[in-house]
Amino acid sequence: MLHLSHLKGTAPGRPRPGRGKAARPDWPRRFAALAATARDPRLRAFYAQGAAAGATALKDVPMAALDIETTGLNPARDEIVSIGVVPMALGRIRSSASRYWVVRPAAELKPESVAIHAITHGQIEAAPDLDAILGELLEVLAGRVVVVHCRDIERGFLDTALRTRLGEGIEFPVIDTMELEARLHRPPPGILARLFGRKTKPVSIRLAASRARYKLPRYRAHHALTDALATAELLQAQVAHRFSVETALAEVWG
Amino acid sequence: MQVEQLEILDFLRAHPPFDGLPEDALQRVAAAIDVRYYKAGEQIVEFGQASEFWHVVRSGAVEIFRRNGTLYNRLTAGGYFGEFGLLRHGRVRFPARALEDSLLYLIPQPMFLELFDGNEAFADHVEVEDRTRLRQVMSRREDANDLMSATVDTLVGRAAVTLGSGASAREAAQRMTQEGVSSLLIVDDNPDVPDLPLLSGILTDRDLRTRLLAPGLDHDTPVAEIMTPGVVTVAHNRLVFEAMLAMLRHNVHHLPVLKHQRPLGIVALSDIIRYESRNSLFVVGGIFRCQTVDELAARVPDVRACFIRMVGEETSAHMVGSAMAAIGRSFKQRLLELAEAELGPPPVPYCFLALGSMARQEQLIVTDQDNALVLDDRFDPARHDAYFEALATFVSDGLARCGYSYCTGGVMATNRQWRQPLKAWERCFSDWIERPTPGSLLNAAIFFDLDGVWGRSEWAERLRELIARKARGHSRFLACMARNALLRTPPLGFFKDFVVESDGRHSHAINIKRRGTAPLADLIRVHALAIGSQALNSFERLREIIDAAILPLGRGQDLYDALEFISAVRARHQAEDLAAGVDPDNSIDPEKLSEFERKSLRDAFLILGSAQKFLKYRYQPGRAN
Repeated sequence: MLHLSHLKGTAPGRPRPGRGKAARPDWPRRFAALAATARDPRLRAFYAQGAAAGATALKDVPMAALDIETTGLNPARDEIVSIGVVPMALGRIRSSASRYWVVRPAAELKPESVAIHAITHGQIEAAPDLDAILGELLEVLAGRVVVVHCRDIERGFLDTALRTRLGEGIEFPVIDTMELEARLHRPPPGILARLFGRKTKPVSIRLAASRARYKLPRYRAHHALTDALATAELLQAQVAHRFSVETALAEVWG
Repeated sequence: MQVEQLEILDFLRAHPPFDGLPEDALQRVAAAIDVRYYKAGEQIVEFGQASEFWHVVRSGAVEIFRRNGTLYNRLTAGGYFGEFGLLRHGRVRFPARALEDSLLYLIPQPMFLELFDGNEAFADHVEVEDRTRLRQVMSRREDANDLMSATVDTLVGRAAVTLGSGASAREAAQRMTQEGVSSLLIVDDNPDVPDLPLLSGILTDRDLRTRLLAPGLDHDTPVAEIMTPGVVTVAHNRLVFEAMLAMLRHNVHHLPVLKHQRPLGIVALSDIIRYESRNSLFVVGGIFRCQTVDELAARVPDVRACFIRMVGEETSAHMVGSAMAAIGRSFKQRLLELAEAELGPPPVPYCFLALGSMARQEQLIVTDQDNALVLDDRFDPARHDAYFEALATFVSDGLARCGYSYCTGGVMATNRQWRQPLKAWERCFSDWIERPTPGSLLNAAIFFDLDGVWGRSEWAERLRELIARKARGHSRFLACMARNALLRTPPLGFFKDFVVESDGRHSHAINIKRRGTAPLADLIRVHALAIGSQALNSFERLREIIDAAILPLGRGQDLYDALEFISAVRARHQAEDLAAGVDPDNSIDPEKLSEFERKSLRDAFLILGSAQKFLKYRYQPGRAN
């Protein structure tokens, strides 16, 4: 069984994160629309909290770092086992308000996966279904811009999990710290690269390697809450070094 | 619901002062922590802003400043700051800036106060006053050592037995048998205060044997004729080890203990040996049995072993310094005896002076010889100097062979300049004091710590009296001495494997004598001169300085602690070098310091630094003292 962190680490052949402005919806308008159309009351409440406008300065944006650990890579087949959320702003990571849930996948958890996540069968068996904690999760995320490392995973799995349970998915803006690293270290190939091919080994943009570039301490991976904290710290470092507190949200979100 | 941030919890668990917290408290702190990243150069807190958090450095490096912008401290992972503002003012007192890209843990004020109020060990650790922490350290050290803290009256088993000086030897023997004692204090009536008899001598079993029976004197001989007159005594409230040193110094085995001038009892050497590991006594005894310089030189391993043991037993630096000085003094005395045996009796009386650290009783193992000769005023260079030059050379060469290297500054009796009649010395000191220039006093400080070790030691006392009398009234002299005492400054502290200077520069090692004990002794000497103290030892000078109340309240005790701690680190460092077979020196590599020593040394340096500022202020030229 594969694990998400592996995907986040190597991401072989993954589609390059889109970065055209055209690809970004107008999130406040989109949330207003969704608040009117969503059927689940929890989702309606989530959308009703609105989304910050793209012009907002980063220092004024409430955020929440999110990490999800799963049984595998494929949202269609694999499932969520744990979720970590750390509310934050640029001025302060509110790790004291961290939230963490273990949820029970429908399929049985395999031993390898148990070892990786440090989640035991006992914990999984005692854990609720995602549906039972969804209200709490959405409450923490509501009104905040979600911060992730590799947005396709968190968005993809949450969307699929909700479609399975509620018959409707979820959309939300994210700041993707991996994409911010990719901007710096994975520029679109220039003319020379196209002529001669890429010869140098690409710089790793996985979470641990990215953190190391900003002199952030090494953490143990594969724990949803630790990874969420690690992602939150990485974003603060990225903004401190490469953007500014006045940078518009639209510059970094997707 | 509390959620465990494992990385935060693990970090706290591995770092003081959190490592000492009970598990539940540890988890509560970890759960209360927020986090913030700062880029190198970014300001973390500004002076005067509201204190919201106690900051703990998780990674990177942070610089703390004083309000005036000078560097106060530099912290790495595990360091913390902000307690001062949280506890005292509610406003940031020391601005902080990230020196490197840093990740900081933010502990909100209520959580910090809960820890501080609820956990004594934690509070001790982060106590805002640096000197308070050093005080706690020193009092723990003192507790660990009986000799340091026990006063001599605790050794007095029974009241002293006294006998009038008119009694006969037989009566004395009967009295001693009756009372079951081995010594008597012999007293005379006091014509002024009838109920306070005067102590005129001491009589021991040994005196009866050697001075009465052996020469075959009549048993009715008055005790006054066979007693030892001019008794060395000790006050009841002095420390046990001071009594021991007095015995060593005067070569006596019984010491009457006086309280308000009345004999309280007698302390015998055997009482003290039960307290002391007898190292230094053993070494001193060995020195006096040596018949040649070769034999003396062969004692050096004993001296070193004794030093290593004393340091290992956490003997206070004050006591180690005194014991090593007593040993050094014994070497000098024995060398002078041997020199006189070889050269014949001196043509005129003299006094051999110990100067500097030996006079102050602050010697360690790495020390050079600083000495001088005071000669009788009838001294005639043409007729007598050859003798004294030979004497000085004999002693100086002998000392060098016994591990006391030649003084690089030439302050030795072999140098004609420092071999003078008493009159010339008196003139010399008067000149220094009455017509001072910073230049003339630059290398003279060492002469203001002088002690007679052999011969007419009363001349040394006369010189000390002259200094004490004159110095206090000459503010220009004090100003010059103060100025010279400020030439050597302490470093700011340590950062990673470097010594950090006040201007932020790094050095790889620190000379702990030049940057620590020496400037402390210099500073203490100036205050001692200003109050007319005749004490020699820096700790004793400090006691008198404290009594004279010329320092701000509490600062004298701070200096005492700082001197003790820096000296202890210096002694330990030298003992470790010796034990490792390396030539000991005064150079300390920060890598070899424990975290605890770094913190405490830094505290001590801060105390020295602020004491130097006070010295500068107090002895400004022209300021009336």
